[in-house]
Amino acid sequence: MASLKDLTHNPDRLAGGHRLCSGCGASIAVRQILLAAGETPLVAGCATGCLEVSTSIYPYSSWRVPFIHNAFENSAATISGVEAAFKGMQRAGKIPADKKVKFVAFGGDGGTYDIGLQSLSGAMERGHDMVYVCYDNGAYMNTGIQRSSATPLGAWATTSEVGKAQQGKIQRRKDLTSIIADHNIPYVAQASVSHWRDLTTKAEKAFAVDGPAFLNVLAPCPRGWRTLPNKSIEHAKSAVQTGFWPLFEVEDGVWRQTVKVPTRKPIEEFIRPQGRFKHLFAPGNEALLESIQVEIDRYWDYIMDRCATK
Amino acid sequence: MANQKTIAETGNVLVAQAMRQCKPDVMAAYPITPQTTIVEEFAKYVAQGRCHTEYVTVESEHSAMSACVGASAAGARVMTATCSQGLALMWEELYIAAGMRLPIVMANANRALSAPINIHCDHSDAMGARDAGWIMLFAETAQEAYDNTIMSVRIAEHSDVLLPVMTCLDGFITTHSVDRADIFDDDTVAEFVGEYVPAYALLDTDNPSSHGNFSGLGGPYFEFKKQQRLAIDASMAVIKSVGAEFSELSGRPFDVVEGWGMEDAEVVIVVIGSSAGNVRHVARGLRAQGIKAGVLKIRVFRPFPAAEVAAALVGVKAIAVMDRSESFGAEGGPLYLEVRSALYDSSERLPVVDYIYGLGGSDVRLELIERVYSDLADIASGSMAPFGMTYLGTR
Ligand SMILES: Cc1ncc(C[n+]2csc(CCOP(=O)(O)OP(=O)(O)O)c2C)c(N)n1
Ligand code: SF4
Ligand SMILES: [Mg+2]
Repeated sequence: MASLKDLTHNPDRLAGGHRLCSGCGASIAVRQILLAAGETPLVAGCATGCLEVSTSIYPYSSWRVPFIHNAFENSAATISGVEAAFKGMQRAGKIPADKKVKFVAFGGDGGTYDIGLQSLSGAMERGHDMVYVCYDNGAYMNTGIQRSSATPLGAWATTSEVGKAQQGKIQRRKDLTSIIADHNIPYVAQASVSHWRDLTTKAEKAFAVDGPAFLNVLAPCPRGWRTLPNKSIEHAKSAVQTGFWPLFEVEDGVWRQTVKVPTRKPIEEFIRPQGRFKHLFAPGNEALLESIQVEIDRYWDYIMDRCATK
Repeated sequence: MANQKTIAETGNVLVAQAMRQCKPDVMAAYPITPQTTIVEEFAKYVAQGRCHTEYVTVESEHSAMSACVGASAAGARVMTATCSQGLALMWEELYIAAGMRLPIVMANANRALSAPINIHCDHSDAMGARDAGWIMLFAETAQEAYDNTIMSVRIAEHSDVLLPVMTCLDGFITTHSVDRADIFDDDTVAEFVGEYVPAYALLDTDNPSSHGNFSGLGGPYFEFKKQQRLAIDASMAVIKSVGAEFSELSGRPFDVVEGWGMEDAEVVIVVIGSSAGNVRHVARGLRAQGIKAGVLKIRVFRPFPAAEVAAALVGVKAIAVMDRSESFGAEGGPLYLEVRSALYDSSERLPVVDYIYGLGGSDVRLELIERVYSDLADIASGSMAPFGMTYLGTR
């Protein structure tokens, strides 16, 4: 595991000057993950979304590594192709046999949980030597904050509106990390930009495995969460402490909680400061608020159960 | 001329052979009837260790073309095959492959599009993709499918072009029928196609490049599209010169449009794909009866050889276009629209009519083709007025 000092010596492969909003969790996730990759040559891909449009505006590129954007739902399939090219060309002797390259595909929650799920599942099942990173900000931010299957229960979004007949998103979140873990790939982890050591360690492990690895990283979005840019890390931390976002990993099928939460805080601490949940505190929504706590408890128990040593 | 071996094989096996001989680094494909035997055959070569290709057994055609885009941008020589619903599912990626200027080669086993679902031949799938920016070659026979595949690699990777190429062969009729073909040995093909040297490759990790950048904020999107137009226009000369070189190697003629009896033809059918053989057969019979019948086969549909078509039709009295696909709501099928447009600048106003035929594998019986020629004779003599578009042989 690299120390903070070690990490600071690694090259920063995402240049500043990109056009993500200040306080955006996406670039924090990318920088931490790329730092953990060290100096090994690396090819990165990214799905259409905030990260992509803000870092690759022609004729500029924030990526100091070879980079490819293809479309919205196929970051995994695209990087599958790049990795396959590496294997094929190495077999043909066009690339030196001892050359090592890492492959990483980024996608937002929309590009991963929803439209890109098939492409991701296929890539994981085929066993490409790649790391897939979902930066989960809980909505389609790039197109103006529409709900995704990662959007939390009760959250406002522009397609899960608040009004007399509806109070934000009706459905609970999809548990994507578990779904990918059930692909039985070598490494899967859930991480948060607030816990840099946990995240960079997981990224190191993900890059080290021979085969597919998946990281689901909570990446706050001040625009969509209706929060202040200087509070993103605090919100991400609160997500961990309330059990909204448990930190765990699944290494060769073994589930392990990586950051313990001695006394789990009420979910209200995570949601009250965020404008996207404001309506939940209006009179009449007490039952809804309560059901959100019930859902968080259910999810927490499920993950803890899987992490329990058997 | 190079040494060749005469074999009897299906069109699909010949396409798979040609692909193997072109030494792709990556093949990413998903099965669909009647393309399936291409990907099955190729899987055998992989299992037998007869190629170095990394074979990506994707979970869909969308991912097939997505992986091809990634692999091609990485610097690899890349191939795939599909048709019908598979090609339709790739739609988004077809435009991206062309827009990113990636020389991917794809075989398309022409098949009808749903609904209703139908596995048999027509050209609706390929024609639906005609504006995607791909070069499109059509084969009449298994031999042409083999030849077109090999030529495609040279055309796609030519530095004046750098565009993907779709090589189309008719589902079942050409893909599954056993036909006689002459094939080269592996070394001859390898030498003909050479190695692909990409200008900007993701795997050139010492010289990082960004691919697929965003050009939506007043960026030069429009200018990129113009570059694509210039490239596909420039590809015509490349196709002709690669074709001429290939002709010399194979001893088989190649042209972007191939005429039969066109020197003095009065009634002409313009056709694409396997039906060209049937049309020629009928025309030959009519010639014996003294009718000046001609056939114009389109071998390259994109870029469309408009000048060549117009030149070939000079002096003709009546023309029928046979379209094996629809362009619902347009004046006629896609080939008809192209041919009529190609003739617009001619000094003479030639009567051109359109027959939509053979959709979903509906039989193209010889008497139907005879009827077309007989209509043309009536139009040429003035006893029948040109009627625009009609369906040929519907019950
Ligand atoms: C096939 C397709 N459908 C829809 C879109 C429009 N679109 C672009 S980005 C986006 C949302 C991205 O959301 P997410 O993946 O969560 O990334 P974020 O913008 O939140 O970072 C959508 C819906 C598209 N580009 N392509
Ligand atoms: S809208 Fe949200 S996700 Fe998009 S750049 Fe801004 S903070 Fe980041
Ligand atoms: Mg999102």
